[in-house]
Amino acid sequence: MDRLRPDTRPAPWPADWPARLGWLALAAYVIYAVARLDVNLPRIVSGLDNGARFIGRMLPPRIAQPDSLIKGLTESMEIAILASALGILLALPIGLAAARNLMPAWATWPARAVIAAARSFHPVIVAIVFVKAVGFGAMAGIGALVVASIGFIGKLFAEAIEEISLKQVEGVRATGASFMNVIIFGVMPQVFGRFIGFATYQLDSNLRNSTMVGIVGAGGIGGTLFSAFQRFDYDFVAAILLSIIAMIMVGEVLAGLVRRVFVGHGRVDDE
Amino acid sequence: MNAPITRDPAPLARPSGRHWQRFTPRERLMRFAVYLVVVAAIVASARTVEVIPEFLLDAPEQVHDLLQRMWPIAWSYYPGGVHDALMDTLHIASLGTLIALVMALPIGLAAAPNVVPSRVVNFVARLLLVSSQSVNSLVWALLFVAVFGPGALAGTLAIAFRSVGFVGKLFGEALEETPRGPLEALEATGAPWLARLRWGWWPQVKPAFWSIALFRWDINVRESAVLGLVGAGGIGMVLDSAMNLFQWTRVAMVLAAIFAVVVVAEVIVTQVRKRVL
Repeated sequence: MDRLRPDTRPAPWPADWPARLGWLALAAYVIYAVARLDVNLPRIVSGLDNGARFIGRMLPPRIAQPDSLIKGLTESMEIAILASALGILLALPIGLAAARNLMPAWATWPARAVIAAARSFHPVIVAIVFVKAVGFGAMAGIGALVVASIGFIGKLFAEAIEEISLKQVEGVRATGASFMNVIIFGVMPQVFGRFIGFATYQLDSNLRNSTMVGIVGAGGIGGTLFSAFQRFDYDFVAAILLSIIAMIMVGEVLAGLVRRVFVGHGRVDDE
Repeated sequence: MNAPITRDPAPLARPSGRHWQRFTPRERLMRFAVYLVVVAAIVASARTVEVIPEFLLDAPEQVHDLLQRMWPIAWSYYPGGVHDALMDTLHIASLGTLIALVMALPIGLAAAPNVVPSRVVNFVARLLLVSSQSVNSLVWALLFVAVFGPGALAGTLAIAFRSVGFVGKLFGEALEETPRGPLEALEATGAPWLARLRWGWWPQVKPAFWSIALFRWDINVRESAVLGLVGAGGIGMVLDSAMNLFQWTRVAMVLAAIFAVVVVAEVIVTQVRKRVL
């Protein structure tokens, strides 16, 4: 009976002092950050007041300039499609060169550096540089999103290739196939399904970002949106936002369709 | 093993009368349709997109000019003009992520059908998550600047509202994959709902939750650097004013600072992941 005395039994959930200290540190950080960023109650209260007025002015949405809305949306779509096509085309060889199981170190290091550099800046910042290089307009947006696509697809493609089974590659190599044939018949079939996944995801992501690069003058609907904000045309802002969301949702549905055709072998209702 | 092939290669070469194909005709037709649409979309976009060839031709010259103007990088501008804004950016990203975590917990719980067995609640929660995600963080920033005025508050809320969808969706998915065992044990002891949540669900999803939080914080550090372009505080505002004044050496300084912070954030995330999670 001695061992059942309550004070000798270990607690079922022992106090976790490191975790408690962690929570305390987190609370202290929140107080410090809130003070530093000047977040205080009066501002939030007056903001909520503003917010109600703001929403009131957004409703009902009104298409003030249908021409510039349609032109902006089509330009965004064109930017997304061309940037995805070019970006994927450029990302494939770079991603292949970055795969450490197929390529020697002198090829993987530069390719990895290119991918890391392409990933480190937000597309909108890259767009600023492209606006300076090729002037205002869709061309700058395409350039910025090509860079973003190279970073994303290149990284994931390299990772996908590093995970393939080398048995099939060896099998193709044993037949005396050339390097290109090894890639086409040994590597590509193993990564094609995942590649379709990345590509459709990238198209989706480019479509989202192509609506934003216009804020720095790189073409697309973003410019129209930003100027509507600056003119306080909030009902037009609401209309633009709704049409952007609609466009992105249609894009998502289409991307899902393409994934079903390729990855689900298209036989959803076959056989 | 390879004896049959060397002895009698004929069966391989002989036409068997059956025609083997990898895909059904319907599969091939659908694939062909996708290829056709993709090519058509690319061609149509390339033909109608507005490109000014003269601008494209002198791009190398312009880039050369840009790099020349950016050099030498104005390092001396860092202590006076960049440091505070850079720290603000980090705080916007961190505080925004924390607010998002607090908001994502209940919404993620409500989105998981095995936690809240109500179709209506699940649907409403999913709708909230999707609408948070379908608006870009720059658009959230524009909205909050219009509501709260320019400054870090707008940026923090923009990061928070954009991240809720991301964190909540992944958190909800983690909850859905949790095994029932510990929960049934707790239910059998008569534990109330809150205790089940605390001792049944939370220990099982805790690692996933912190991993999602870290992942999103890394993304938010990148995103918070651009919010200043629309007036939502942080280093983007310094970048914006330096660009508007054509002070390219300062722009280079800001870009270098952003690059350094992004690299440091990535190193922190990989280290924390390796050691703690």
